[in-house]
Formats: sequence, structure tokens, C-alpha cells
Amino acid sequence: MTSVTTGRRLTMVWLVLLAATCGSSLVGAEFGAGSRSVATIVIAVALFKLRLIGIYFMELRVAPPPLRLLFEGYVLVVFVTLTVLNASVRP
Amino acid sequence: MTARSQVTALALPGGAGPRTQAPRRVPGEDGIWVFVLGDMTVFALFFATFMYSRGKNPHAFSQDHHSLDVALGTTNTILLLSSSLFVALGVTRIRAGNHRGGFGLCVTALGCGVGFVVVKTVEWSHLFLAGKSVGSSEYFSYYFMFTGIHLAHVLVGAAVLCRLIWMTRQSESSERQRTLCETGGIFWHMVDLLWVVLFALFYVLG
Repeated sequence: MTSVTTGRRLTMVWLVLLAATCGSSLVGAEFGAGSRSVATIVIAVALFKLRLIGIYFMELRVAPPPLRLLFEGYVLVVFVTLTVLNASVRP
Repeated sequence: MTARSQVTALALPGGAGPRTQAPRRVPGEDGIWVFVLGDMTVFALFFATFMYSRGKNPHAFSQDHHSLDVALGTTNTILLLSSSLFVALGVTRIRAGNHRGGFGLCVTALGCGVGFVVVKTVEWSHLFLAGKSVGSSEYFSYYFMFTGIHLAHVLVGAAVLCRLIWMTRQSESSERQRTLCETGGIFWHMVDLLWVVLFALFYVLG
């Protein structure tokens, strides 16, 4: 029973990841990443996907808080760093 | 329950007694997290370096980015995400004692991993034939270096999956072997997780 529930949850996460991947590709192809706001969305979607993989596939959702916080902190720091560097793109 | 596991008990409001939450535990071996977080930090520096250089020369990066085939990059992303799903499901089956189910899922995950290597080889061949190489531009220096290092991770991950598959051929597994399966799975998910950002930076942002 638990295995069935876990399998369903993992499959749902996988579907969200696929949708985010296809959406991101289409947005990049349609609008290009020349715009800073589109680039920020692309970075946000990538970090959102990274977080889903960590929390559900790597099972960090059941990890002790310090390990989970380290991972969440990583996601936040990478997102802020890439967003700030993206904002510094010369027009 | 292992020594590392612990159950968090919360007192219900109104003194209704303790309520048991899902047990908190470190997935896989403790040591794999030192490696995974360390590797992720190194890649974070790669990502930041790429974005810094892109910020200084966006037009050259944008031009080179158009030489990449987004369809091939998307295919590879879907292959790795799918392989991660199969590994996660396989580890769940192995933990539940269903080795036959775990075997099939891990073999399918390995097939997706091999598919990734094949697509990457085709993609690099096209680029080399078009005259693109590590030395052709700053963008392609980063592209070949970072995706090359990632490809090495995929090959190591494939070897880890082979070990998991071999383990599932046994009729029973010990607690230690199940932890090793989780550890192998975590490594493979890290390979997937790093690719997700590389895909966004090289194929979508450019």
C-alpha cells in the first residue's frame, strides 16, 4: 500500500518535471533568453526542478532538518547567485 | 528501525497523547551526502562562472547557443528524468523486498542512461563536424568542459546502476545492501539534478 502511494507520488513528480522541462524549452525557443525576466523565469524553473528531484527522488523530505536545510540553502544560494549574475548582463 | 532513524513524536493539542510522524532518517549512507553536496557546490561554481562570462559577452554567447540542438538537449533531459523515476521506484521495490520488480526498473533506468550517452555522442559529433570544439569560443569551452565532466558522472552512475542490478539478482538483501541501493540511487539522482541546471543554462538561456 505504502509502495503504491510512493509510486504514485513519484510518478506525479516526474510528470511535473517533464511539463516544466517542455515548458522551459518552449519559452526559451519562443521568447529567447535575451530578456532578463524570461531568463529569471528559466532559472527559477530549473531550480524548482532541482528541488523536486532532491526532495522526492533523493528522499530529502524524510531527512533530518539539518540535511534538508543544507539542501534548501543550496537551492536558494544558487538561485540568488544566478539571478544576480543574470541581472548584470550588459544590454 | 536503524540506529540513525528516529521517530518524532508530537503532543496533540488538548493533551490527546503523542502522535507519530513519518520517521526521519538520512537516506542512504551518511558519507554520500558529503560527496553529493560537495559535488553540487563545485557545479554551483561552474554555473556561476558561466553566468558571469555570459553577462560580459551576451551576444557572442547567444550566437553560439543557436548552434546547439534544443530538441536533443530536451530529449536527454527527459531520458535522465525518466531514469531517475525508474531508480526511485526500483529502490522502493527493493526496500519492500520485491527484487524482481527492482531489477526491471533498474535495467530500464540503465537503458535511459545509455540513451543519454548515445544522444550526447550524436550531438557532439554534429558539433565537431560543424567545426565547434573546446577552443572555438568561450561558450563552447564551457559547454564541452561542463557537459564533459557531467558525462563522466553519467558513466560512473551507469556503473553504479550495474552494481544495483547485480544486487537485485539475489533473492534476499540485507539492511546494509538496501542502504547501498539507496546510496547508489542518490548518486544517480545527483547526476540528473546537475543536468537540469546545465540544460537550462546552455540550451535554454544560452
